[in-house]
Amino acid sequence: MNTSLTSRPTEKGPAVQRIVRPAWSIWSERVWEVLIYLCGISAIIFVVGIFFFIFKEALPMLGKKDFSLTQFLFSEQWYPTSEVNKRYGVLAMIAGTFGVTALAMLLAVPFGLGAAIYISEFCGAKTRETLKIVIELLAAIPSVVWGFVGLTVLSRLIMKYTGAPVGVNMLNGGIVLALMSVPIIVSIGEDALKAVPDSYREAGVALGATRWQLVWRVLLPAAKTGLLAAVLLGVARAVGETMAVLMTTGHAIHIPHSPLDSVRTLTANIAAELGEAPAHSDHYRVLFLTGVLLFLITFAVNLTADFIVRGIRRK
Amino acid sequence: MTFSETPLVRRKLRQESIAKWIFAAMSAAMIIPLVLIVGYLIQRAWPSLSVSFLIDVPARGMRDGGIWPALVGTIYLVVLSLAVSAPVGVLAGIYLNEYAKDNWFNRITNLAVINLAGVPSIVHALFGLGAFVYAAGFGYSIISASLTLAIMTCPVIIASTREALASVPRSFREACWNVGATRWQTIKAVVLPNSISGILTGVILQVSRAAGETAPIMFTGAVYFKAVQRGDLFPYGLREQCMALSMHLYTLATQVPDVKESIPFATAVVLLGAALLVNATAIIVRVYLRSRKKW
Repeated sequence: MNTSLTSRPTEKGPAVQRIVRPAWSIWSERVWEVLIYLCGISAIIFVVGIFFFIFKEALPMLGKKDFSLTQFLFSEQWYPTSEVNKRYGVLAMIAGTFGVTALAMLLAVPFGLGAAIYISEFCGAKTRETLKIVIELLAAIPSVVWGFVGLTVLSRLIMKYTGAPVGVNMLNGGIVLALMSVPIIVSIGEDALKAVPDSYREAGVALGATRWQLVWRVLLPAAKTGLLAAVLLGVARAVGETMAVLMTTGHAIHIPHSPLDSVRTLTANIAAELGEAPAHSDHYRVLFLTGVLLFLITFAVNLTADFIVRGIRRK
Repeated sequence: MTFSETPLVRRKLRQESIAKWIFAAMSAAMIIPLVLIVGYLIQRAWPSLSVSFLIDVPARGMRDGGIWPALVGTIYLVVLSLAVSAPVGVLAGIYLNEYAKDNWFNRITNLAVINLAGVPSIVHALFGLGAFVYAAGFGYSIISASLTLAIMTCPVIIASTREALASVPRSFREACWNVGATRWQTIKAVVLPNSISGILTGVILQVSRAAGETAPIMFTGAVYFKAVQRGDLFPYGLREQCMALSMHLYTLATQVPDVKESIPFATAVVLLGAALLVNATAIIVRVYLRSRKKW
């Protein structure tokens, strides 16, 4: 009884020996933590910086008398270098971007989701690992190599089988973009299917459903928001892709009427003309304005996809 | 009593196997292009593929010869961009996983990381041009191009670092805190050693991403052609422009007439081969480490 009382830390008790860390150790810890904090917020700085610098270059254009934002967005007249009456309308490029993206999604969404379903529901563990590795490798192919393949291989095939006069067109760009965005659709789609609780599957099987019925009636409805996010991320990838569409879509600035028309996308337009536009000229600033537009489009799509994914995770 | 299939059961089984084959075909439709593309490119590139193709300089106005200047330029860009993005990305990943509390500010940071990863590469190019080439005064140079690449690769390194750190069980950290270690000591002694391989895999993957990108370097520091000695290891200064493999492929494919047939194909194969090799390495490392994981 007595001993336990004396050992209680009181002012009269034995001096508590504190281990003191050397000062340099404490200071180096502080330095590291400040550094970590600075890097931690770097992403915000980068995003704000990107928007700031692009917008800064584009801003003087918005105040010009001979430039109107409505003309920029809703006119298909793109004559940035004509001597008189320069016109900066990107509607044809917007149409090109959406045309190519829609075509790519038409191909990539069924195949991507089909593969995601196969990987998550039908195949064995070994096949699954192999397929995932292949998809990862597919995602690793640089976009300029895709563009090169479209330019040299696909364009010839398209001319041969469709009879189109030029092989670099919307169809070519669509196929290449489909192959480029399929990996992200598969991997996010598979995550979404995996997030469906096994009890759903067990309930389905207990009712005597075939696996097809299970996929169609249970899993797809249950995972639909996640699959939507997968598609949205695929769309963002396709809208933002530059080199592949620059090399495969053929640079015709007009609103496309068929998949075999050549088009130019917003990204390809910047890549094709930025090198020729004199620095800080009107032409140069309009290209930066196109960049702002692209930034906002992909920002909105990515944000939506992220909200959907996060919503699922919280559930 | 024996169990016999009723017509209904048979129909269901048939339905099931049809569904399985359809989905398998859809998966195969993604593998076949990969195999065909790689095979076709190698076949067309075959006449030019050799060691001397790698270390020769382009000849006759890039219509012949090798790719040495582009190869070295790409190595410069990749090394410099990773020298910036790897430390920043890894430390940011540590902040987000180990220090950040769940408040509005860190939610915004997370959104910023996600959006940064989704910014189109040509927008990165515009940013690099506006910020590094003009505003910072680096001009068209290797520095501008590598910094642009660094900002592009950073968010993916952040994401993979976070994932690697999050896979270290919380109990490891708690054990360390309980013996009186501070947060940073815990990270240094327990968390990082247990996740370093995952972090490295993420960084390795960015090597192939940085080497393959064209748009961000096109307007910030890569040029069509630069005269370089054969086999010269240090041909570029940091304030100079350089050639790069991806840019070289684009140039050969679209800007130079009458190139010897197999040369653009061989350039594509080198670029593709490098990307696939780097990714395969990362995959092998990951599989090996997963088999050795102790928890």
